[in-house]
Amino acid sequence: MLPLDHVIGLSAILFTIGVLGVATRRNLIVILMSIELMLNAANLAFVGFNRIWSQVEGVPAIDGHVFVLMVIAVAAAEVAVGLGILLSMFRNRDSVNVEEVNLLKW
Amino acid sequence: MLIEATVKVLFILVVMVVGIAPVITWIERKQSALMQDRIGANRADVGGITVLGLLHPAADVIKLMTKEDVVPEGANRVMHLLSPLIVAVPAISAFAVIPYGGVYRFGDTTLNLVGADIDWGLLYIFAIGSIAAYGTVIAGWSSNNNWSMLGGLRASAQLISYEVTMGLTVVGVFMVFETLRLSDMALAQDTTFRLFGFLDRFFGLDWRWIDQVRVPAWGIFYQPLGFLMFLTAIMAENKRPPFDIPEGESEIIAGYHLEYSGMRFGLFFMSEFIEIIIIAALTATIFLGGWAVPYLSTDTIIGGISRFFDVGFATCLCILIHFSTFMLKVFAMIWVQMLLRWSLPRFRYDQVMSLCWKILLPLSIANIFVTGLVLLWVKG
Amino acid sequence: MTVEAILFYVFGILAVVSALGMVLNIRNTVASAMSLVVTMVSLGAIYLLLEAYLVAVIQIMVYGGAIVVLFLFVVMLLNLSTDEFPPGKQRVAKLAVVIVGVAILAQVLVALGQAPLLVAQPEAVPEGFGGYRQLGLSLYTDYVLLVEMVSLLLLAAIVGALILAKRKID
Repeated sequence: MLPLDHVIGLSAILFTIGVLGVATRRNLIVILMSIELMLNAANLAFVGFNRIWSQVEGVPAIDGHVFVLMVIAVAAAEVAVGLGILLSMFRNRDSVNVEEVNLLKW
Repeated sequence: MLIEATVKVLFILVVMVVGIAPVITWIERKQSALMQDRIGANRADVGGITVLGLLHPAADVIKLMTKEDVVPEGANRVMHLLSPLIVAVPAISAFAVIPYGGVYRFGDTTLNLVGADIDWGLLYIFAIGSIAAYGTVIAGWSSNNNWSMLGGLRASAQLISYEVTMGLTVVGVFMVFETLRLSDMALAQDTTFRLFGFLDRFFGLDWRWIDQVRVPAWGIFYQPLGFLMFLTAIMAENKRPPFDIPEGESEIIAGYHLEYSGMRFGLFFMSEFIEIIIIAALTATIFLGGWAVPYLSTDTIIGGISRFFDVGFATCLCILIHFSTFMLKVFAMIWVQMLLRWSLPRFRYDQVMSLCWKILLPLSIANIFVTGLVLLWVKG
Repeated sequence: MTVEAILFYVFGILAVVSALGMVLNIRNTVASAMSLVVTMVSLGAIYLLLEAYLVAVIQIMVYGGAIVVLFLFVVMLLNLSTDEFPPGKQRVAKLAVVIVGVAILAQVLVALGQAPLLVAQPEAVPEGFGGYRQLGLSLYTDYVLLVEMVSLLLLAAIVGALILAKRKID
């Protein structure tokens, strides 16, 4: 039996690392990766809670896993669009530094 | 439990990796010699005895072991040293879920001839294979060489694209056998079915000979298109000719493993051959019935032999027959791959990508759709 | 301590260390991406320990096999192996974010320590928990609308990525 409190604690630690990455890094690729890390931390919490309540009054419950799958699909979509934005930004600015992106349109 | 698993793992490793992988290099040399009208590997000898060139693999190993291991100037040392391992370890560990025999009963004990009989065996192989992609990409990047970099770039695009397609091409098989467990899949193919049985809904075929045609219930007969597409996609995953654009000697010299020498190059080389065996074993298990002997189910074999000998001996003999059948199918698939490798010229990069996204992907989705319709219709 | 718990701590520490390695590595973007792979694979192993089999495999296939390879592809395509940016502005604001973030994390961890979550800890999961049958049935009955919406989202993302990444053809 796993220490499920510690699973949720691990999720919180990973989420914080992701937040700090988004807040402090200026490389857009690392920022996107930190967002992935935050989504993963949320997924871990979903899976952990689903393990605690794997059945509700005798009825098996799998909703946490369903949401993890949805989050993974959304993350894939987000990466595709995010990297597309990054490519067009690199073409126009020749840099992936987010502080240089200070215009809405160019 | 632990001892049983260890014995199974050691068995599969000794047979597949240590036993067959070197032989494949010999098969490849002989096949290429045959197709190019040469004599082929026959020079390595011990005291004048060449044994058909079978000593060449040993010579290869000695050569690779004793060569100098060079890390190029300006390369990222850690990743350069690590990437052959990232390629080789997943390739070897994929053998864990491939069944090389069925489930047999000896009195009270049962013997299940598969390393790890997990419910999601096929997905495990796909997941393991997707990790192996990093080895090539990182090898290309860490070598500090433009050609290697191009090779790694090509490898990453090709591997991602074909992974998607490879997954979709076997969905039809999942739908037919209603399982992802490879041992269940092989067991489901240990029977026969009426090839034209689905026509019963239209007209009774009782009087015609066509009604009597029975074929083994193999995946290839349920999903012929799926078989062709899966073989194409998984061969492209292995990056061997005609899909070897990440290496492409005539374009980018040797691509991602250009800067590797000695046994590190040997690891890339070896894992390519191990992947050939995995591809052969996987296609044999999914599409060619695995260990099943066509038209002779397990019960028939054991029943037939036990008429003359006792049941325990019959079961042992049956295990032997099944394992030989499996190895026969594996060698047949290895030979098919060698034949394709030496027959077809290398595709162009854009041809490989459009084959994946414009031909295989739509066809595999259509295959899933048609399979679903037919299953609904047949099962009512 | 059981074997599962030991494995959980090993993979948990691996995940945290590699996540820190990803965020703190300011010299080498490829190494950051490889650290992210280690995080993803260790999380996949933790999902296995939590008996979420299908989720673990999908995690390794999609995150490990596709998303991070895509990151690596872009890093290598743009040749961004090193990022040497000039010193940034807003140093104070960033420091404030770090302090607040760590403070909130500390609070969550302390709260977890004081009031454990385990209302009713089930020892065993039901038969077939986390397998593809149960998950597939749930996806295509209870959550079918969600699946349709996600498929629309993916379609929109594909079209968007194509338009964004396309070069203008003169």
